Amino acid sequence: MLSFKPHAITTAADRPAAVAQNGGGSGGTALSGDRSAPASGGDDEGEHDDDDDDEGALPPATRPSTAPSRQGGTGGTGGSGTSGGRTVTGDVADTRWGPVQVALVLSGRKITAVQVLQSPHGNRRDLVINERALPILEQEALSAQSAQIDTVSGATYTSDGYVQSLQSALDRAGL
Amino acid sequence: MRHVEHAMGTVFSFDIRDFDAQHTGDRNLGTTAGDPATRSACDGTENATVEAAVAEAVAWLHWVDATFSTYRPDSPVSRLGRGEIGLADCPPEVAEILGRCAEAAEATRGYFTAYPGGRLDPAGMVKGWAIDRASDILIRAGAVNHCVNGGGDVQLSGTAGPGRPWRVGVAHPSRPGALAAVVESPYRHAGGRFAVATSGTAERGPHILDPHTGRPASALASITLTGPSLTMTDAYATAAFAMGDAAMDWVTGPAGVEAFAVTASGGTWRTPGFPLAEPAELAAGTPRPRA
Repeated sequence: MLSFKPHAITTAADRPAAVAQNGGGSGGTALSGDRSAPASGGDDEGEHDDDDDDEGALPPATRPSTAPSRQGGTGGTGGSGTSGGRTVTGDVADTRWGPVQVALVLSGRKITAVQVLQSPHGNRRDLVINERALPILEQEALSAQSAQIDTVSGATYTSDGYVQSLQSALDRAGL
Repeated sequence: MRHVEHAMGTVFSFDIRDFDAQHTGDRNLGTTAGDPATRSACDGTENATVEAAVAEAVAWLHWVDATFSTYRPDSPVSRLGRGEIGLADCPPEVAEILGRCAEAAEATRGYFTAYPGGRLDPAGMVKGWAIDRASDILIRAGAVNHCVNGGGDVQLSGTAGPGRPWRVGVAHPSRPGALAAVVESPYRHAGGRFAVATSGTAERGPHILDPHTGRPASALASITLTGPSLTMTDAYATAAFAMGDAAMDWVTGPAGVEAFAVTASGGTWRTPGFPLAEPAELAAGTPRPRA
């Protein structure tokens, strides 16, 4: 659950299904209906996934059977259907490692995914950011939507750029 | 309301729960819904107050960074460390921090130090304290139910929802994205403050030195402490990491502090009072009772 594969944009979209809530209240907007099927399933599921599913703190019952639809990683506000799947794109943040851009996928006012549209490549520092900071940022954004956890504590991580893009998307989404 | 901010080289996030019935119609409004302190932030006219408080808290974090950063050669702490200015020339908060560092050094038998490597660097105290104070700013503005997370160290106030305590996932130190445990605040009603701090090598490598040996501490992969306020909880977490397994007996000495650790070999241990909401199901190691 919640693991994130660096440099695999599709993974960012697929993963958050693990915390998309369908419990914790009568009116929760479960992922369903007009959402399309996951864009991809197998190839992006990394080696961590099975293990993580077994040890994750979220019980399997809370997981919807389908992942949120992926809006293709192209940004824009791809509203689909009547009740969800809206994508709000953040600004491009220039970092010294290259441009960074994220997008939120919303169902109503609930964040169902954080997508990475652009991320820098090519050095170890970048890998550290992608592997560590981004998943925690993603958890941060998603955990508020979860009936199980509200935030995450962990060894201090660093981030540059992602937060700027993420905040601009949060602002744009009116959250 | 949520806000994220980059400061002190990491991410700070603010999550303020106003329990606004308009947006949380699926929540079962409990006993705190009618509490004046809780309801105050629900009023639309109060939103501007909350936003102003967040802006004040953010400005505070940047001020702390500018004052205490050892990465900024012109910061008062950098200049103090080089002997260019005296303590009296610094903002009074510098003396406050150094006083707290001295307290922590004594309480941790020297495992906490404001002089890692022999040079003045109170960073091990500053971040938790800055978050703690940022939380105070929000409380003073009437936003009594909130979470402030600074790079993985968390100060919580009140509850996550009516009658619902805050729950904090503890990041697994060796499996990115996975949780090693879930902690639950003991508070189900407004008013209580609860802090969760984690120290470890996962994000920045072996950077915590055992001041008694001068070598990086290596017995633990991470240790998570819980206590009422983040200032000392965070400082103690750094010291406890340096102590290694010996921390198990030490942490219950300081009032209200409990610990959960993942060891370098992948096992776990915790103190009896650690507020575990859901136990870890780690492949290796099971929580063992405290000796």
